[in-house]
Formats: sequence, structure tokens, C-alpha cells
Amino acid sequence: MTETRQLDTVKHATVNPDVAQPWAELGLKPDEYAQLGEILGRRPTSCELAMYSVMWSEHCSYKSSKVHLRQFGERMTDEMRKHLMVGIGENAGVVDIGQGYAVTFKVESHNHPSYVEPYQGAATGVGGIVRDILSMGARPIAVMDPLRFGPLDAPDTARVLPGIVAGVGGYGNCLGLPNIGGEAVFDPSYAGNPLVNVLCVGVMRHEDIHLANASGVGNQIILYGAKTGGDGIGGVSVLASETFAEEGPVKRPSVQVGDPFMEKLLIECTLELFAERLVAGIQDLGGAGLSCATSELASAGEGGMHVWLDRVPLRDASLAPEEILMSESQERMMAVVEPAHVARFLEICAKWDVDATVVGEVTDTGRLVIDWYGDTVVDVPPRTVAHEGPVYERPFARPTWQDSLRADGASALSRPTTGDELRATVLRLIASPNLCDKSWITDQYDRYVQGNTVLAHPEDSGTVRVDEQTGLGVAVSTDCNGRFAKLDPFAGAQLALAESYRNVATSGARPLAVTDCLNFGSPEDSDVMWQFAEATRGLAEGCEALGIPVTGGNVSFYNQTGDQPILPTPVVGVLGVIDDVTRRTPIGFATEGQQIYLLGTTRDELSGSEWAHVVHGHLGGLPPAVDFKTEAWLADLLINASRDGLIDAAHVLSVGGLAQALVESCLRHDVGARVWLPDELDPFVALFSESTARVLVAVPRSEEVRFTDMCTARRFPHVRIGVTDGHGPDATLEVQGCFTLPLADLKAAWSATLPAALGG
Amino acid sequence: MKIGVVTFPGSLDDVDAHRAVTLAGGDAVALWHGDHDLRGVDAVILPGGFSYGDYLRCGAIARFAPVMAEVVEAANGGLPVLGICNGFQILCESHLLPGALIRNDHRKFVCRDQRLRIDNASTAWTGDYTVGDEVTLVLKNGEGGYVADDATLDRLEGEGHVVARYLGANPNGSMRDIAGIANERGNVVGLMPHPEHAVEPLCGAGTDGLAFFTSVLTSLADA
Repeated sequence: MTETRQLDTVKHATVNPDVAQPWAELGLKPDEYAQLGEILGRRPTSCELAMYSVMWSEHCSYKSSKVHLRQFGERMTDEMRKHLMVGIGENAGVVDIGQGYAVTFKVESHNHPSYVEPYQGAATGVGGIVRDILSMGARPIAVMDPLRFGPLDAPDTARVLPGIVAGVGGYGNCLGLPNIGGEAVFDPSYAGNPLVNVLCVGVMRHEDIHLANASGVGNQIILYGAKTGGDGIGGVSVLASETFAEEGPVKRPSVQVGDPFMEKLLIECTLELFAERLVAGIQDLGGAGLSCATSELASAGEGGMHVWLDRVPLRDASLAPEEILMSESQERMMAVVEPAHVARFLEICAKWDVDATVVGEVTDTGRLVIDWYGDTVVDVPPRTVAHEGPVYERPFARPTWQDSLRADGASALSRPTTGDELRATVLRLIASPNLCDKSWITDQYDRYVQGNTVLAHPEDSGTVRVDEQTGLGVAVSTDCNGRFAKLDPFAGAQLALAESYRNVATSGARPLAVTDCLNFGSPEDSDVMWQFAEATRGLAEGCEALGIPVTGGNVSFYNQTGDQPILPTPVVGVLGVIDDVTRRTPIGFATEGQQIYLLGTTRDELSGSEWAHVVHGHLGGLPPAVDFKTEAWLADLLINASRDGLIDAAHVLSVGGLAQALVESCLRHDVGARVWLPDELDPFVALFSESTARVLVAVPRSEEVRFTDMCTARRFPHVRIGVTDGHGPDATLEVQGCFTLPLADLKAAWSATLPAALGG
Repeated sequence: MKIGVVTFPGSLDDVDAHRAVTLAGGDAVALWHGDHDLRGVDAVILPGGFSYGDYLRCGAIARFAPVMAEVVEAANGGLPVLGICNGFQILCESHLLPGALIRNDHRKFVCRDQRLRIDNASTAWTGDYTVGDEVTLVLKNGEGGYVADDATLDRLEGEGHVVARYLGANPNGSMRDIAGIANERGNVVGLMPHPEHAVEPLCGAGTDGLAFFTSVLTSLADA
């Protein structure tokens, strides 16, 4: 810099009202900018403009989605509230799982940064959600990663996928958090806009819940963790370029850079601070950095806050105050601490080599005041920044193409009929990108660290032990079939919920709560907004039907390439509790001579199926029907069968149908099976239909009578379709009257796809 | 018997090492990287993880931790020391064991259940095994390729200091399939796979790893 820049203080803004400000470049609409003048009674300072612009962005304010998300709260029944200790609105919801334990879990997106810079985008996606969970007072215990990519053979997938996987693994592995599940789904609509959603689960004792608010006048505001740098500033650099001298500022990277080692220290340090009860309120710094943390803490408390911004430790001394407020430097937390506890707080931070600085205090002014070397640069009512931003009722309308899409069902597509054709179809489907072995990805994730992982991918749910003495544990699954959601977004969201719920119950856990990551295109497109409105309505009604609440989540809009939106992708995570993890049910056939039963009813439902997608490149028609009553009925049956030790294995039927479930259950431990398909079903429909509320189970002969009695008493459809048979290199999967496939051939086809596309 | 488990900043599998020691019947004692104090333990485990972030060479900074001065001195005096994964890297950086561990040849992190053969059952940490035992442990690392010069490798093999070898496909490019080695005295063992993740049937890769922890208790009781 060759000249000193004019600091735009509150005083300066008051006496210089007519300065042109770059509100449009910062993403504010004319009426939003005008609103700032009304709130403040003057034009905003450049620091205030920066804060409002980022806090009123779609990402932070949920301004387009808020009116729809309200349903999750409005549809909450007493039954749904029963286990809910903290609901939506805090960093993450908290659920009572019994024995004095509570869990918190949430899924969030980091889609756009991961496209720009796959490794760091994905890595900091993990870091952000982990801090969210930590700031509820919980020890993070596991992560999951629902991912979406363009076609496996697209050149850009070869750039994006390895980087994203290495980033998820690199950060999570280094934090010591087991990755227990996730998804990797390929579809052309994600080619220019991959999705990186990350879920984190944390556990705490009931008495340890911490909330994000700054109350108690005189309490100190401590910023701790990494120093603040110029990363993740993004759009706000236009402010600096306006006000800096001619040669301009250094170009700042807009994607943040992660340091998992610092985050690991931050976790251990924060948990020790909690254990000594030194924290009155806490908030992590994620999107919108200090702007978000200061305004949200102050807004949720009863008073105001005074911050001395010049005290913030910097990695780059040239940062302007606007940039410090905006910086999304990772691995930072903000705590509210009683004055008597400050010394001990700083001592614990020093033990963990974590920088900690008192940067402000709680006041009774009702204002968020931020000073920069003695001059006031921000003086605002905090609620207007954090909680009372603009709310839009975006127009939405059923797309004109929706009816023709739904009319174009899969029934017209040619189907395999002979045994040889069915055999070839099985081999083709299991080798297709969405159904093939994902261990190229999951082998890069540590699933064992912390020593409590009971089930991990490719199991139906990730299951983690919470208490080593009692065996209490939690199971989590995430699901979404974007093709179903395109055919019918209402049903698509419900199908995602139903599958995730079924996955958790099939592992033996009782579903308790839901988190969602709603990935959609532009909310300014009325077609997309209709998809979003339908999906949220479907999910809210589904949760009510199942009696489990949405406890938190995330909305990601503007996922599109040009004007082509992604498939609507409402990823749904369900968390369940299992009283004794030794009773969990894995997916794999483990021993020979067990009876294989198919639970549920199979219908001719192949529109939107993986078969239609892989074999015919077809998407049209109506997705499979959802019936939550049947799903709940099935879940209860499975949970009881698992608790009573009646089943040794169980695997959900979903994408790819019965054929896929059989192959996966056989290949898990190289145990073969002899299967006869129900007489009343066409073999193709029996093998590939994706009807819901169906599960494959393996029953030991000694328990068969008790098991069938239980199904009969509950009047749940069940039919014996085979027996496990053969083990080891010569074992086969025989579908009588159709084909016999050696497991070796199945394994070769199933496991070759990703290594062939991505390199060994 | 008191078995110390060192926690460095960035240690991750320290809780698992504690659990394994307890399940084997020992008393796990937490040791802190910044203390010049082994708290009177009878043996020490350097656990897995990413000490100090391992942004430099793995283990290169941890070897300078205050507690390592005590560990090195005690190891040279015969104290049983087991370095697992990052702990193995730290033992090599500390020159308690020869050779080094470099990035996996396929350049990716790998996590899998790994078959191994026990080649030396006379160290302080492997006495409860029999030579030739085939065991399954958890392997999870990004920099697990064991390398040394030919003379060192010949000497390790010739003198029987290779403790365990990978069976099946070599998972990380380790020379001569080496998964673990011991010093001449047999009190210091470095192992890339994680025996502490194979100590109970429910979580991890079975129970084949428990004998590493019972072995040291046996050897201490016999001493």
C-alpha cells in the first residue's frame, strides 16, 4: 500500500451519507440495501455492509427456504418431541438416547468449494460440520459422506472424485474420526456440480449440552484456535478493492484451507474446557466467520456485545477490518466465558498449544459494537444481522415437463426374459457405477479409529458403540435417490426418508431423529422452487407419519451448470439407538444352511430404477410407492428379531432390487445361496424391482419357527426364497430356473469398476 | 503391570491402546508428550495418529518431544517399547529402529483388515505367538512403506529381527513385505498394522492382536 486507506467508521458513514457502495457486487438486492438504511438510520459502514451481505446471503439466511422449512417445526407432534432435547435453530439438534446420554448429529453441504478445489473443499466440509457438533458440547464420534458425481467416465470426474475422497479421508483420518458410511452416486446432472455432503455424530452426557448464546453482562468473548488469514474471503474482496490504494490487494483464495491437526487440538482442548465447566456459551466459526459468530451469539443472548477487532490474531497483517470480519479461516471457535474463568480457560488452551485471545465482552446495550483501533466500525442491532434477515416467498410452479416425464414409464422398455439374459443383466448391473463395490473410496477412510465401530460401509447403516459397559450404541444412515426425486420430489424425499429409516432398523436400531441436506438448483427458477417445496412438504409429512423429528440440517441452492439444475437431491440422514450393539444385524451371510426370507411385497416398480438407468438410459414414470405404516411395521419387526436373536443377517432391498441385495449379502463373507423366486412373480420383476418396505433376512434353522411365528402374528408378508449354501472359492449364487453364477465371477464384475476407471 | 501410552498432540489411537492394555489385564497409564516423566511404567506404547500433524516427515517432530528423551534412554536400558503405525515412524526417526517409512507406493491412504505372518515370537511383544502364526490386524496408513538399504534388510532378516510380514498383496510397497521389526535386544518393536484394533470380536478385525499386549505382560512377569 502506498497510501493510507480511509477507514469507514460509523462516524464517517454518518457524515458522508452519499458514498456509492458495492452492495450489488456483494449480492444484495436494491431493496435489501435500502432496508439497511432503515435499520441503521444511516448508510452502513463498509464493515457493516460486509456483515449484512454475507449474513443475508442464501447460504447463511435461508431466505428462500425458511418459509418451507417451518413445516418441520409446525408438524412436530408430542411423540416426535419426546426424545428431543434441543431442536432446530441451534448448531445441531440434540436427542436423548437413554442412560443419561444424548447425541447430536447433522449433515451439511460443501458442494461449490469442492468443485473449485476438490481436496480442500471436501476437507473443510468435514472440519465445518465437526465443529458444529463440538459446539453443542459433544465429542464427535463418527462422520459419513454422501457424495454425488458426474458420470464415472467423464474426464472431470477423474479430477474431482479422487480429490474429494482424499480430502474427506485426509481431514477425517487425521482428526481420528471413523468414517462409518456414506454414498457415492453418479449421474450426468452432477457433472459440473458435484455434491459433497458430510454428516457428523457426537455424544455427550445430558448435563453437558452447550448452547450458542452470549448472556451475562461482563462475560468475556474469547476467540481461540487458528489465526485469522485471508482465505475464504470470496466476494468481500470487492470492498477491499474499492478502498485499497491503486495497486490493489493481493488476490485472496476463495476456498478455505484446512488444518486437521489444529482441529484435533481444538476438539481435545474444547472438551477439556467443557469438562471443567468454563464455557457459558460457544459457537464455531464457519461460513461468514466472525460476522456470523459475533452476531449469532449476541442475537441469541439477551444483551449486546462489544468486540475489539484489532485484537484478533492475524496470519496476514495486511488484512482490512472488513476482511477480518468475513474471513472463513478454519479451525476457530468463539466462547463466552465468565471473567473468573478466563485465566483457567487460557491455561487449558496453552496446554494444547491453541491460541486464545479475549476479543470482546457481553454488554447490556442491545447493540453489537465492533471497534478497530479505537474507532467504531460496526454498531448494529445483532438480531437484524443474524435472525431477522429477509424472507422470500419465491414463486414456484409445477414444471411444464413434469406430466410428460411421469407419463413415460418403464413398462415400455424391453425386459430380459431368458435365464441367460437375466444372468447377463445381473452381471451388468452389479458392475455399473452406482451398484459396484465402493471400496476404492472407502478403503481411504479410517473406519476403526476410536475402537467403537460396530458396523461401517458397506453395511446398511454405520453403527457405533457409545458406552463400552452397557453396549448402548447409535446407528446412522444417509440416503437419497435423485432420479426418484426428479420424477416426484414429494415422493422422492419420502423415499429417501423411508430408505434411511429402513436401513437403521435393519441394523437393529430404533430410529429416533432425522437430519437433512437439501441440495437443489436455483431458487430463482420456479421449477426448482417447486421441487424444493414439494420435497420439504413430503419430508415433513413423512417425519410426522413415522413420528421422528427433523433435528437440523442444511439447504444448498444454486447447484446447477448453466441453467441445468442437478437432480433434486434431498439427502436424508436417520439416526437410531440400539440398546446392545452385540445385537446388531450385519448384511452378510455368514454361515451355510440358513434360511433366506424375503419380507415385504414386490410390485412391478421399475420406473426410475437402476435397471432402467443402466440398461436403457431411461428416466420417466412414477417412482415406487411409499407406505410409512408398512415401513414402521417392518422396522418394528426387524428390531425385535434382532433383539431376540432370530436373524443373523439382514439387508435392505433398495437400488438394484433383490438381485443386488443377494449379491452383496453373498460377497460379504463369500457364502453362496440357492434361491427360488416366488411363483407368482415374473423373475425379472422379482430380481430388479425397487419396491419399498422390503428386506432380505437370513434365519438360523433353530430360530425359523419363532421367526415365522413372529411374522405371522404381526401379519407381515414373508416368504422363504432360499438357503445359504457353499462357502469359499467355489461357492455360487444359484437362482433356480434362471442361472447359476460363481461368486468369483460376481466379485470380479462388482469390484473391477472403480479401480478400472480411477486407477488401482 | 503398568503400561504407559504416550499422547502426542495429534495422537489418535491412544484410547484404543489404553483399551487393549486393559483388556489384556494390564494397567494403562497416560503419558504426556511434554513431560520428562515415564511415571514408573513397566513398558511404553507409542500409539498411532498424526503427531504434530505430521506435516513434515512422519514422526520427525515427535522424536524431539520431551518424553521421547526418557523413552529412548529407557528403551536402551531394556524397557519394552511398542510403536504402532505413527509410533513405528517415531521409533525409526528416534533411531531406536533402523530404516524408515515412506508414502504408500499407490499414494493413497489405505484402511483394511490385513493378513500377517508372525516371523519372530521371541520379542517382548510377541512371546504369546508362535512363529508362523497367521493373524489378521487392521492396517491403516498413508505412509507405511518400510524402506531400508539392502545391508540393513539382509541383517534384519539374517538375525531374525523381522517381527511380522504382510501376506497376500503387499498393501503399501514395504520392502520384503515387512510389517514390523524389532531391535537386537527384542524389547523395542515397531509395527505398521494396529494390533489394538484387533482385541475384541465386535469392534475391529477380530481378536488376533490381543497377544501383543498379553505378551508384554507375560514377559514382564517372567523378568
